[in-house]
Amino acid sequence: MSSAQTTVPAQRERKGTSPALIAVLVIVVWIAATKASQLLTGATSSWESPSTEDFQFEGWFGIGWFNKPLLLALVAFIGILVFWLLASRNLKVVPTKAQFFAEYVYNFVRTIGRDMIGPGYRRFVPYLLTVFCFVLVSNWFGETFLFMFPTFSRVSYAYAAAICTFAAYVVSGFKQHGLGYLKVALVPSGVPIWLTPVIIPLEFISAFITRPLTLSVRLFANMFAGHMSIMVFVGGGAALLTWAHNAFYNVTGVVALLFGMVMLCLELFIGFLQAYIFTMLTAQYIGSSVGEAH
Amino acid sequence: MTPFELVPLLDLGPLLPELPEFLAGLALLAVMWLIVAKMVAPRFEELYERRAEEIEGGIRHAERVQAEADAARAEYQKQLDQVRAESSRARDEARERGDQIIAEAKERAAQEQARMIAEARAQIAVEREIAMAELRSQVGVLATTLAGRILSESLTDDERARHTVDRFLAELETQPVRALDAEE
Repeated sequence: MSSAQTTVPAQRERKGTSPALIAVLVIVVWIAATKASQLLTGATSSWESPSTEDFQFEGWFGIGWFNKPLLLALVAFIGILVFWLLASRNLKVVPTKAQFFAEYVYNFVRTIGRDMIGPGYRRFVPYLLTVFCFVLVSNWFGETFLFMFPTFSRVSYAYAAAICTFAAYVVSGFKQHGLGYLKVALVPSGVPIWLTPVIIPLEFISAFITRPLTLSVRLFANMFAGHMSIMVFVGGGAALLTWAHNAFYNVTGVVALLFGMVMLCLELFIGFLQAYIFTMLTAQYIGSSVGEAH
Repeated sequence: MTPFELVPLLDLGPLLPELPEFLAGLALLAVMWLIVAKMVAPRFEELYERRAEEIEGGIRHAERVQAEADAARAEYQKQLDQVRAESSRARDEARERGDQIIAEAKERAAQEQARMIAEARAQIAVEREIAMAELRSQVGVLATTLAGRILSESLTDDERARHTVDRFLAELETQPVRALDAEE
């Protein structure tokens, strides 16, 4: 990475001079930078590719379950609550800049709820907001230096979030329709009566098993794979950059690191996308529960 | 693998949940939901309501002002129309009056003219009557006077007779005027 930062200004300075000179300069600076990084961190000669082991964390302070993901979840929890409690204090009809931002986020989630749930969506907005913020912040922790770990690449958190959503739409369905919710959930309107023996098991699996399962696995797998690929590019790039006695590896390492940065940006986007999808699907499931028969 | 496996019999790999993390996720989400539902969302919803009310109030006020302005304009237009109608009526009346006056004056003038012409004609007729009467009374006298003169001079002398007639006629031409003047 350090070499990349030095080569780019060099290229810019020499604009207008001959291309051959630029190429030579780039190569010289590049090699110098890789050598310097080797001197700084010491040369490597082996690298273990990341595996699922990298997602296991030891507990701290002798407490087995108090580990990094839990700490990150706590940080996200406290951070989100502090943000919202501060933001919702002293709200003005004419918003300040900070309030405008908070309102923008709140309204973003609220609009998802309104579009997906329809009338009576307001009592679900708090849950949607909670889930959206928690998933979004946890996902972005994967790209936050110092943390560099998306909480939801631990599948347990994804299961927990999916169970909460499951509870939300099942409970709200029973509250809305009583036992009639089973009919709403299991028998789509307009299905001929002789098809119901086939449809009901399918709908049951769809509504009560695959929905929470896909919700959690989708979120988990995206975060897991994203974090893995970043580890491959950044860790592997760093190893290549400092590889002993192999200039080609060193050069490739810079490319890998640069691509790692691109992946990081992509992961930021995917982190948002997953939070959005999770929130939207939650709202849609709640909508199908509290709405009329689908 | 770890001491917290939920499903120990099946090797799920990374999909294997761990109880403490699962419970921690549930607890954090639940507490966060509670706090957001009790303290954050109501404030935002209240804000939106207040804002909507204010906007609605503003719209209503604007509507009222608009309605008032419309009414005032309609009233003004009505008055303007009235004034226009009145002025046009007044103009028509004035024109009518003017026409009437002109017509009356023309009539009067024509009557006056006719009267004057008639008067003049009557006077002329009277004067003619007088002249005729005068002439009638004098013609006999004149004729006898003329005849006496012709006879007293020479009846044969044509030249002289003609001369006498001429002189008589010349006298005659001056005489009646003088006679009339004298009469008056």
